[in-house]
Amino acid sequence: MSRSIRTLAVLAAFAAGALALTAGIFAFGPSEQTRPSSVGGPFQLVDQNGKTVTDADFRGKPFLVFFGFTHCPDICPTTLFEVSEVFNRLGPDAEKVSAIFITVDPERDTPEKLKLYLSSFHPRISGLSGTNEQIEAVKKAYYVYAKRVPLEGGGYTMDHTAIVYLMDKNGKFIAPFNLKRDADAAAADLRKRL
Amino acid sequence: MRMFAAGFALLVALVAAQPLAAHDITKGDLVISAPWSRATPAGAEVAAGYLVITNKGLSADRLVSLSTEISGQPEVHEMSNEGGVMKMRALKDGLAIPAGATVKLQPAGYHLMLMKLKKPLVAGQHYKATLIFEKAGPVEVDFEVRAMGAGQQKGHTGHNH
Ligand SMILES: [Cu+2]
Repeated sequence: MSRSIRTLAVLAAFAAGALALTAGIFAFGPSEQTRPSSVGGPFQLVDQNGKTVTDADFRGKPFLVFFGFTHCPDICPTTLFEVSEVFNRLGPDAEKVSAIFITVDPERDTPEKLKLYLSSFHPRISGLSGTNEQIEAVKKAYYVYAKRVPLEGGGYTMDHTAIVYLMDKNGKFIAPFNLKRDADAAAADLRKRL
Repeated sequence: MRMFAAGFALLVALVAAQPLAAHDITKGDLVISAPWSRATPAGAEVAAGYLVITNKGLSADRLVSLSTEISGQPEVHEMSNEGGVMKMRALKDGLAIPAGATVKLQPAGYHLMLMKLKKPLVAGQHYKATLIFEKAGPVEVDFEVRAMGAGQQKGHTGHNH
């Protein structure tokens, strides 16, 4: 690995950490409506049905955004499961929200693969993939750090930012969404945004 | 006849009690308990195995590797969260089990990484894996597959037991 790439990786990791920290501070801030927001923005990706989608397709309802990959043993399926639980608690109101799982591993996570994987979770969760360029662009928009790491025994894993972003109806970042609590409490929190 | 019935009842009770007693496995100085995995989503190509290893001896041991028919590439891994970034690494030298220590393999930490998964893990089913320890040698362990939400460290989702 060249020195400049390594420096970049360190910087990216730092930026991700700084973002998590800042987002954490925002989350406890008194007036979340007025604070500046730069997380998120336009993207063009491909959903699990092979259809091209943009950020505009998710506006009009609050939505959750998180990044991961299907070769992830723990954090990604757990997050998908937790989001599904929260949406289940919303009952019919789940139609008024959505969630977007964006792969950081577009090479392995094709739309077909994501469709099969997501069949185990709530139908209001979309799985988005795309070209490397499209994925790079959306990662940048969400300040997401991801890096491919080879495994000694063959294959590779992905280091990646594991923050769940809550976006409002207009696609503006509200706060990181806490799933590490009772699903009813998380659902009540989400209901306030409808 | 009555004797026979009583004997039969005792036998049934013994058989029924068997699975509980089989939970802990002792091999040399090591006690292995609570082996489990989470059910995998459709099409998943990886899974993770969790368990607790206690070393009751006076010398350190090491979990070096494992084999299982359900994975084409099983490894011993470590997961960490650095400033919101999840990282997973293979433990090249295996997992140290210091003398007198209890080492937990659990979600978001040390785990058995089952790559090239050959079949989906379904809640309620079991699979076997052979763990290879430097000193204690091979130990066959039976893993229970639990629901996808199992083992979360919060309130009442999932069921730890
Ligand atoms: Cu792993």
